[in-house]
Amino acid sequence: MMLPWLLLIPFIGGLLCWQFELIRPNTAMPRWIALLSMVALLVMALVMWVSGDYSLSQVVGNTPEWQSEFRLPWIDAFGITFHLALDGLSLIMITLTGILGIMAVVCSWKEINRRVGFFHLNLMWVIGGVVGVFLAIDLFLFFFFWEMMLVPMYFLIALWGHESEGRSPVSAAIKFFIYTQASGLLMLVSILGLVFMHYTQTGVFSFDYGILRETPITGVMSWVLMLGFFIAFAVKLPVVPLHGWLPDAHAQAPTAGSVDLAGILLKTAAYGLLRFALPLFPETSQAFAPIAMTLGLVGIFYGGVLAFSQTDIKRLIACSSISHMGFVLIGIYSGTLLALQGVILQMVAHAFSAAGLFMISGQLYERLHTRDMRQMGGLFGRLGALPGFALVFVMASLGMPGTGNFIGEFLILFGAFDVVPWVVVIASGGLVLSAVYSLILMHRVYWGPPREKSTIARLDGREYAMLLSTLVLTIALGLYPQVVLDISQGAMHEVRHWFAVSPSFAG
Amino acid sequence: MNLTLSHLIALLPLLIVCATVIVVMLGIAWRRHHVATATLTTIGLNAALFSLLAVLTVTPIRVSPLLLIDNYAVLYMALILIAGLASTTLAHAYLEGFNDQKEEFYMLLGCSVLGGLTMVASDHLLSLFFGLELLSVPLYGMAAYAFRTRLSLESGIKYMVLSAAASAFLLFGMALLYAESGSLAFADLGARLTEGGGHASWLLMGIGMMVIAMAFKLSLVPFHLWTADVYEGAPAPVTAFLATVSKIAVFALLMRLFMSAPVTDMASLHTTVAFIAFLSMVVGNLMALRQDNIKRLMGYSSIGHMGYLLTVVVASDDMALLTTGIYLITYVATTLATFGVIALVSSPWQGSDVASLKFYRGLFWRRPYLAAVMTVMMLSLAGIPMTAGFIGKFYVLATGVEAQLWWLVAGVILGSAISLYYYLRVMVMLYLHPTEEEEYDASSDWGQRAGGIMVILLALAVLILGVYPQPMIMLVSGATLG
Repeated sequence: MMLPWLLLIPFIGGLLCWQFELIRPNTAMPRWIALLSMVALLVMALVMWVSGDYSLSQVVGNTPEWQSEFRLPWIDAFGITFHLALDGLSLIMITLTGILGIMAVVCSWKEINRRVGFFHLNLMWVIGGVVGVFLAIDLFLFFFFWEMMLVPMYFLIALWGHESEGRSPVSAAIKFFIYTQASGLLMLVSILGLVFMHYTQTGVFSFDYGILRETPITGVMSWVLMLGFFIAFAVKLPVVPLHGWLPDAHAQAPTAGSVDLAGILLKTAAYGLLRFALPLFPETSQAFAPIAMTLGLVGIFYGGVLAFSQTDIKRLIACSSISHMGFVLIGIYSGTLLALQGVILQMVAHAFSAAGLFMISGQLYERLHTRDMRQMGGLFGRLGALPGFALVFVMASLGMPGTGNFIGEFLILFGAFDVVPWVVVIASGGLVLSAVYSLILMHRVYWGPPREKSTIARLDGREYAMLLSTLVLTIALGLYPQVVLDISQGAMHEVRHWFAVSPSFAG
Repeated sequence: MNLTLSHLIALLPLLIVCATVIVVMLGIAWRRHHVATATLTTIGLNAALFSLLAVLTVTPIRVSPLLLIDNYAVLYMALILIAGLASTTLAHAYLEGFNDQKEEFYMLLGCSVLGGLTMVASDHLLSLFFGLELLSVPLYGMAAYAFRTRLSLESGIKYMVLSAAASAFLLFGMALLYAESGSLAFADLGARLTEGGGHASWLLMGIGMMVIAMAFKLSLVPFHLWTADVYEGAPAPVTAFLATVSKIAVFALLMRLFMSAPVTDMASLHTTVAFIAFLSMVVGNLMALRQDNIKRLMGYSSIGHMGYLLTVVVASDDMALLTTGIYLITYVATTLATFGVIALVSSPWQGSDVASLKFYRGLFWRRPYLAAVMTVMMLSLAGIPMTAGFIGKFYVLATGVEAQLWWLVAGVILGSAISLYYYLRVMVMLYLHPTEEEEYDASSDWGQRAGGIMVILLALAVLILGVYPQPMIMLVSGATLG
């Protein structure tokens, strides 16, 4: 019975934050409530992590294996149920959400001074929506949360965002919203198509993942429906031709927004591909894999080049996400167990390193009031420990051994090599680009002659603790990735099984 | 025919509204009193609403060849009465400051409601025309009620001229149908066509003209030119009424016509309607993009919404009937609350409505709950989950997918994507920093007034139906034809 609570904690916490502000403005109470709800979310996730059994020994049968389930009737006419379920994959994602949620609350402690309660309402509801996405097993419910989380994210960007090159944050927020909502509707149509397909075959309406997975679909229809899902996820991931919203949204979001956006919102797309797109349409996905992987390659290089040419530090990090998600896409569509495990690790590691970099750029902005790298330079030595942290996160982002990102990229490339050697060879070339833009970032911001001699405010205890814990997580993941891999193994095995049962793969 | 007790029971809502109109009229003649008139109207409409429970015991029943009172009619009668009540409540707060005769407004409103009730129950071209005129003619007066302001007068006259043109189309279409089929009852229309006789082209032209007339009333592209001006010029409670009651009545009738008259089973007709639907979705939403007046914006947005809903007319199956009910309920609740907020901010009447977007800037920091209501409504119009609008859009898409109307499904997606831009613009406006300009505001005790309570209830309903639509679906699936 813990699943509904995972969902309710952020939603209720958010409402409390808002109400507190209405009753007594200008208190720190909303921050503490938000922090407390995030800690509660994380603790619950960790309890399930420790108490559950996610080993490979579970038999992969025709019914999905869930650690725990929760089901309530909802809309009977369409066979829609309020169905939540948790397996290793969702658990990892929810734990990640909890950790990044805490970071987002802590890193906005000083940054956000206006409408604190309403800010935390939105922040908590984004988290709640994301948790819902990771738990929902009914396709209607999944879509419900998928769209619902856009609204608070829209507010975070529009109301607490920064101007960038004269553009208001509102337009970035609207762009983000339209991209994701329109593609989401395509997914809704696909879901409906799938449901009616199932209805004509069996005469029963159902939106349940476990049931729809059994629906055989072939021909043009399966392509159309699969593409509906793929485009929705591709916009969120993002995959290159559909990435237009990402740099703007990131550059103009407040730090907490960027942390959440890069850390967990992008991961909902990869989760969606793993959970829904592949198992629902195994054969079509198999046939589509070469195209998806090509798009992944394009993303790796295009994102890298784009990152290299940015002058805004947050845009640079945002574009580097495009490049990193290219690897994730290749890993997902290569379909081997090793690569899929690598995908999970890459997602977790990227969440930490990107969150670290975004927090650092937020702290730089608070001190220098600019994100333009041309106006920085020579900061090493003027900022205390901050450049040191930055160096570690940049190294993590370029995939240095000893960090989780290395393990992730390595597993993806290694796992995919059996299936698609040439793709792997080209993708490996992309790693060079990531080294280039990462070092450029370091170079432009921290090295070179300092502009002034005076020192800038050093990190305070809160900022130090925040960066240090992110750093510890990044390194720990690099040194002992087995913690995560053990949990995801069962779920990834199942994905691989569904992906592999298609006849074209057997040959 | 013999009029038995059950026939009288079936006619109760019509009779009660009739009586209300007469009592209100006599009351005005005797002594002018604004509060008393509004209260009388409210009591009358409420009584009519409750009498529907009694009507349900005798449905379906045919009262004379003109009216068929079935569960379908009862559902839409209830919707019309609720929308009428909501408009009365808004009008009361709004007219408080009106510097002219206030009381006749309620009489006009009552007449118009009566027309709507007749329309949804009509099963015959005669009652159709009668209902439509009874609905529209008082609306001219209502739109031009603040006739000393230029915009309101202009809006009333525009609506009158175009409505009259639409009525002419309707009459001519009906004449052609009658000439061909020799009957005015829906069920008989075109029966000869299925038998093989008759000139299909005359029938097609007749039914096509009727569809054009209704497209005028529903403001579908390319018959939409009046919409924005009339929405802008009419006083806010009237716009609320026009955007809900007249749309419900005309759409419910159109749906009944397409479901029950065999003459509408023509592929070319369905193609034409599909074309109109697609155009409305795209053009309506495109036109709304650049509006800075929220009433004009809502006018264009209503074109888009009627376009989405027209998908069900093209599909014309059982699922479509369900979708019509659900979409209309969600749309009416959302529209009423939106115009409710506008009316509350503009109340009491100060010479013109507060409709320019800039006056809504920063509303959230002054009137948080009122702005929250508006936010929910914008999200609902945009069809975002957790609001009733999403359920409506979900059903429209489901109907489209089920009937495999892929072009219309694409149109719905395209229209929604475009519409997001302006709904979000309105929404974010409520939260931005207030400027130093002259500000209009709802009075600080708006939440205790009847209008405020109604708006909050509607917002709660939109949220609850968005999360738990089961009761609404059960209700609508009971509203069967015949």
